[in-house]
Amino acid sequence: MIEIKNLHANIDGREILKGINLTVNKGEVHAIMGPNGSGKSTLAQVIAGREDYEVTQGEILFNGKNLLELSTEARACEGIFLAFQYPVEIPGVSNTTLLKNALNSIRKYRGEEELDAMEFLTLVKKKMSLVELSEDLLRRSVNEGFSGGEKKRNEIFQMAVLQPKLAILDETDSGLDIDALRIVANGVTKLKSPENATIVVTHYQRLLNYIVPDFVHVLYNGKIIKSGDKSLALELEDKGYDWVIEEAAELV
Amino acid sequence: MNSSTELKELFIAQFQSFENTLNGEKELPMHQIRKDAIKKFSALNFPSVKDEEWKYTNINPLLSKNFRPADSIPEIDPEFVNKYLFDKKEFITLVFINGYFSKEFSEIDSLPEGLILETISEAIKNHPDLVLNYFSKTASTEKNIFTALNTAFADHGTFVSIEENAVIEKPIQILYVTKADDIFVSPRNLFLVSKNAQVKIIETYAGFGDRSYFTNQVTEFIVNDNAVVEHVRIQDEQLNAFHISTLSVDLEKASNFSSYNINFGGSLVRNNVNTKFNGGFAECRLNGLYVTQGSQFVDNHTSIDHAKANCLSNELYKGILNDTSRGVFNGKVFVRQDAQKTNAYQQNKNILLSNDAIVNTKPQLEIFADDVKCSHGATVGQLDKDQLFYLKARGIQEKEAKAILIYAFASDVVHSISMTQVRDHLEALLAEKLL
Ligand SMILES: Nc1ncnc2c1ncn2[C@@H]1O[C@H](COP(=O)(O)OP(=O)(O)O)[C@@H](O)[C@H]1O
Ligand SMILES: [Mg+2]
Repeated sequence: MIEIKNLHANIDGREILKGINLTVNKGEVHAIMGPNGSGKSTLAQVIAGREDYEVTQGEILFNGKNLLELSTEARACEGIFLAFQYPVEIPGVSNTTLLKNALNSIRKYRGEEELDAMEFLTLVKKKMSLVELSEDLLRRSVNEGFSGGEKKRNEIFQMAVLQPKLAILDETDSGLDIDALRIVANGVTKLKSPENATIVVTHYQRLLNYIVPDFVHVLYNGKIIKSGDKSLALELEDKGYDWVIEEAAELV
Repeated sequence: MNSSTELKELFIAQFQSFENTLNGEKELPMHQIRKDAIKKFSALNFPSVKDEEWKYTNINPLLSKNFRPADSIPEIDPEFVNKYLFDKKEFITLVFINGYFSKEFSEIDSLPEGLILETISEAIKNHPDLVLNYFSKTASTEKNIFTALNTAFADHGTFVSIEENAVIEKPIQILYVTKADDIFVSPRNLFLVSKNAQVKIIETYAGFGDRSYFTNQVTEFIVNDNAVVEHVRIQDEQLNAFHISTLSVDLEKASNFSSYNINFGGSLVRNNVNTKFNGGFAECRLNGLYVTQGSQFVDNHTSIDHAKANCLSNELYKGILNDTSRGVFNGKVFVRQDAQKTNAYQQNKNILLSNDAIVNTKPQLEIFADDVKCSHGATVGQLDKDQLFYLKARGIQEKEAKAILIYAFASDVVHSISMTQVRDHLEALLAEKLL
């Protein structure tokens, strides 16, 4: 599905990603873990097309297409969805406005008919129940005045409506209490299919109890320094990151 | 290029021709007002950037034109007119084309009780006392050469008078359409709202055609005790038009006036909005929006005179400026010595969509009373990059994403308009400008 090869990226002239290699196939769940400041969010944002980051080397192929040549919106239309670590508040823009425009733009890109108001409402209501959000959310401004947990659930709700091929969840678990975590994780699990893939960025193992990863990668200082299966996450939980970092240092 | 004096002489000569068309009307007291106004006009000078009030607004492009008074009704595409009209079943509708009342497009049969609605020239004949009592009192010709010019040519426009306690449910829409044909028009409105009366009035200014034209417009409002008024002004002139307007409002005791001053069109636009509290416990809300592109220049000068105690004014003007367009906001709030317990809030916020757009903003508070609550502020910024990225990351095209954010920015200026059709119309016009 996505192939990241030797990806280097800068912000303000400072190199943050220093040669990332990662391949995710459809049907797979990959977890990316690592200490704060490692570059996890940077990787997520570069995949989504944030222009503040300058890609200096490497490439990203998404279903065979050169992703780096596509605009942010084209990437989303191709099926990439980023659940933001810090979802932005947009006063004056309702969740309905956001979702209707997004969904119809994606449908148009794929040559599908736009949904009319009734069809849209039916779809949206069905998806809302998945993350246990109430309907009055639709009329409210995007994320405005939402609690941390509501913001994260709203991200998963949007994902449920837009049905991406590749979902990247950036710390969707942080700031959630155990109930909210369960709701979010359930939502994600229900959306999983053999046709799509998920990258879960987290630095806690607890989300991975619900969303079981096929692969776990440790990102540190802009590089993936170790990969393994789900047992690696448990080991990291137990022993922290230092031993992986030391191990990697020895290899160099 | 005319010198300012030559242009004045041109207008004065045109006034003489205009006078000759008036025949019997020349004997009416109204004509004395016109003659006084042309005298004032000839004594005043066109403003230059040396005048503090016109510091940023260079009217030389206007002075270099030779506009003649409109003298006939042109052919017009009904679709163009209808684009600006609301549902005639739900709105009382008056349409003027080149200043001339158009029966064809208007709908003023079966007016509700308590409402007098006539063209200003009819009203001068039918209700001379009422008109003369108020005409040219609120909008002074003393200092403003454009008001003097409008008053001299005052013949086209609308007179509204609402009787005491009358609540006019149907909003009144007045549309002034001008054919861009090197002409000038001088729409003049006088709106009298008696005690306890309520009314909603929408004025729209639009033009069609390829050449230039000049709308020089004045509206006077008298809002009596306890009256409630909602006033929407939509300026969507052609992009090569000149538009100068004055809205003067006298607010009596415990009255309530809401203004929406919405600007999309014009190459050179200057709006003066002057409101004055003549009685206590009154409220005034001034909302403004200017959306400019290309090389448009739009200047809004507002003033709120808290001459009496216990009044509230709340002003919010927002600008969205693209390309090399330029905006000016100057908002004065005077709180006089006796105006204790005044609440006065003023905000001007701007978004620049290009690096070459400019806005000059000057909110001004002059407070001479001590027991008051006042605030003012101005901001100039860009669209929020994080918000834009968020929308695009959801698959929304850049242009639409920008339009959504701009509409959100603009929406708190118009969201309190009580008429859904008007809000929808403004949303559509905004989308048309943005997409
Ligand atoms: N917009 C930005 N401007 C400047 N530095 C940034 C920006 N975003 C991230 N960084 C820097 O890049 C590094 C990686 O950050 P980030 O990708 O957020 O890490 P993680 O998500 O793994 O905690 C950090 O040192 C951070 O300070
Ligand atoms: Mg992060």
